[in-house]
Amino acid sequence: MTAKSSLTAIAAKPLPEDTHSCWSCGSMRAAHFCESCGKVQPPVPVDYFTFFGLSPKLNLDVVALEKDFYDLSRRLHPDLNARAGSREQEWSLEQSSLLNDAYRTLRDPIKRTEYLLHLEGVALEEQSKNATEQARVTGEIKKQIVPPDLLEEVFELNMELEELRMNQKMGEDDPALIAEIGKQKLALEAKHDALFEELQTHWKAWDSLIDPSRQPNEELAGERTQVIGNIVDVLNRRNYIRNLVRDVNAALEN
Amino acid sequence: MATDHVVGIDLGTTNSLVAFMQGDTPVVIPGEDGLNLLPSVVALDAKNQPVIGNAGRNSLIETPERAVYSIKRLMGRGMEDIQEELKFFPFRLAEDLQPGEVLRIKLGDKTFTPPEISALILRQLKRSAERFFGGPVTKAVITVPAYFNDAQRQATKDAGRIAGLEVLRLVNEPTAASLAYGLDQKQNGIVAVYDLGGGTFDISILKLHDGIFEVIATNGDTHLGGDDIDNLLITIALDDIRGDLGVDLRRNPEAVQAIRKAVIEAKIALSSQRSVKLDIELPGGKHYRREITLEQFEQLILPVIDRTVGPCKQAMKDARLQPEQIDEVVLVGGSTRIPKVHALVKDLFRREPHIDLNPDEVVALGAAVQANILAGGSEATQNMLLLDVTPLSLGIEVAGGVTDKIILRNSTIPASARQFYTTQVDGQANVAIHVLQGERELAKDCRSLARFDLKGIPPMAAGIPRVEVKFLIDANGILRVSAREQRSGKEAEIQVQPSYGLTDEQVEGMILDSFDNAEEDFRRRQVIEARNEAATILAALEKGKKSPAWGQLTTDEKKQIAKMEKALVAAKAEDHYQAIRKAIDALNQGTTRLAELMMDTAVSSALKGKNMDETDLGEGPTAPHPMAKAEFE
Repeated sequence: MTAKSSLTAIAAKPLPEDTHSCWSCGSMRAAHFCESCGKVQPPVPVDYFTFFGLSPKLNLDVVALEKDFYDLSRRLHPDLNARAGSREQEWSLEQSSLLNDAYRTLRDPIKRTEYLLHLEGVALEEQSKNATEQARVTGEIKKQIVPPDLLEEVFELNMELEELRMNQKMGEDDPALIAEIGKQKLALEAKHDALFEELQTHWKAWDSLIDPSRQPNEELAGERTQVIGNIVDVLNRRNYIRNLVRDVNAALEN
Repeated sequence: MATDHVVGIDLGTTNSLVAFMQGDTPVVIPGEDGLNLLPSVVALDAKNQPVIGNAGRNSLIETPERAVYSIKRLMGRGMEDIQEELKFFPFRLAEDLQPGEVLRIKLGDKTFTPPEISALILRQLKRSAERFFGGPVTKAVITVPAYFNDAQRQATKDAGRIAGLEVLRLVNEPTAASLAYGLDQKQNGIVAVYDLGGGTFDISILKLHDGIFEVIATNGDTHLGGDDIDNLLITIALDDIRGDLGVDLRRNPEAVQAIRKAVIEAKIALSSQRSVKLDIELPGGKHYRREITLEQFEQLILPVIDRTVGPCKQAMKDARLQPEQIDEVVLVGGSTRIPKVHALVKDLFRREPHIDLNPDEVVALGAAVQANILAGGSEATQNMLLLDVTPLSLGIEVAGGVTDKIILRNSTIPASARQFYTTQVDGQANVAIHVLQGERELAKDCRSLARFDLKGIPPMAAGIPRVEVKFLIDANGILRVSAREQRSGKEAEIQVQPSYGLTDEQVEGMILDSFDNAEEDFRRRQVIEARNEAATILAALEKGKKSPAWGQLTTDEKKQIAKMEKALVAAKAEDHYQAIRKAIDALNQGTTRLAELMMDTAVSSALKGKNMDETDLGEGPTAPHPMAKAEFE
């Protein structure tokens, strides 16, 4: 059922002329595969949401997505097209890699959100381990990236981590310090989880702006930019905390 | 041409097998010797002809410099990768081997690359299948360890091609095993497959869902297996001998192989008994004897089998699963017969592992299932589909020698990724790309897969070209790369230099015999076999003519036989094996009465106390005896 609904959605999009009818039997409008003869169709460059016949909404039924993924796999996978001509085998390979890439991205809530940002032309700040490492080396805290509401805690935690590293270097043990850092880590993890909930409220805001009944105009565009900004903010804070927790874990493991 | 048989092949470190789907059931095809397992041993006989399997195994002890085993350990590897193997395995590398070159192994005074040696094993299996089907076999599914990297996979595919096989798919061994298990138990749930073979270890966690076998995570070690246990035992024996007798046998390949054979037997015995006595005759006639208790053995192998724990935990972590969430654990590979391994798995996954299917055969059976799916499926497999993953992350080297991962491990394959490149100098026409496989942060710690040169970028100012490079891992787990300059739309040319692999031309040059014409090759072999059989029956007839029974035939019967004999002699001179077979059958039929008469004559002459001449009736009593009729139940 779901596979069929995705077909209609894709077919409804303006696609290059030759994908409207099956290359093999010619009679059907076709997307990934022909509904009439089942043959795999040449891939059309589309975004991952469109590939599954979905509008770019962030709240997504992962169970239905999985079912779609399985259904489409049964049509597109190279194993099931192993006896087809070489051209079809190539299409099958392309289509099923696209399917797998799309499914992998969309089923994960964070990857899905980041992918939407990518579609919207937004790049997230690079909060890589290297950047953190460099900041540590230069003794600078990445001021511009530290979320303002975390400034104080982060400052304190960094001091404690510094002390811990010093202790480790001297071969000393300070259980109280380790306990304190552990407590802070738990608090950070709680914040990390809370941010996911905050992210979901922004998802809702975004999805309401995808409603096809809304006329595309400046006002809508402005609202969207606003929501995207909020999402970027949450993801940046979340990534920051994630990296911090990773640093804490690394320090505690030493 | 007859139906196109696609066979499933397990190309193992220790043993190899070929199987196919007979109706709804996968079955192993036995070899010439009637055995299912073909030891993965290749030797050259005195005439430099390859001898494979059990026949080659004798050569390991008699002429070890002309034999090789465990070649799988060298597939897709370079000289710098195998220093560890060279300490423990009697691989004799060609003296003129250059760094970066594909390895060449010496057998006698000839040299072979690992894919060529594997191809000889594959060809043997191919022949077994052809004998079984009575027709050529040209297509196969071959299994590889799940943790095999790109180079190892490519080398396996090359081996298939050299053996004259079109490799329709490389399937991961644990996944293949799950297909064999899943065939009759079509339930849904999470299954872990623990596969400890002769030389490799894999752990795969799968989700079964209405016939879809979706691998969620895989991990392993391509250099961990029963071989490592054997090597521990060999080392102990060699040390003992050096200590007690003062002779170092390390440089004596015959002795080492004799010890190896004995410790393997001991290892196997310890899977079912509490202790075992080693007794090895050494050069010079002295004996090496020692008792090994199960306890000692288990203590000894613990460090080896403990190395499987890390990959299992990592796979569960990657799958985001706790041991309690895994519904079934399946054991695959000969080494899982060791009770201690069984116990370790039980402990790790907190449940009794399954070992319902023969762990030596289950991978080949699964390969046969996959072969059937690829050939269009049958009732048993029509709903089955395998979704496998890439075991290792794929990355490219970026500034500072850092690995930038573009396809993460455990991604469902086929999988793809796109990267964009530009130029740094005005008019620059080439861009060099270094592709890596592995999990480490630094490029130097990852496996170098290939260096690509993007060529023919149209001349533009620096930074203007936008070259899209697409990396695609196909369903075999093998990387493909394509590139395109987006501003000009020109396909950029890619020159691949696999870090350790054969070029297409090299593979082409290695293809065994005239396998490009499989039909012809098969036919030729059939002709030879039929002629041999014809010679045997003609010789038997000559003998029959000299026996008293010949005189009892009517003139007409004799005339008939003479006619058929003439027909067979004529057919034998021709090149049609069907015609020869037909003539053989006719002669067989026509001489039935002669054979019966000969039998009677033999019996009566025995009763008369006469010599039985050369007529062989075996060992049993030929006269009526007073015993009751035998009973058979």
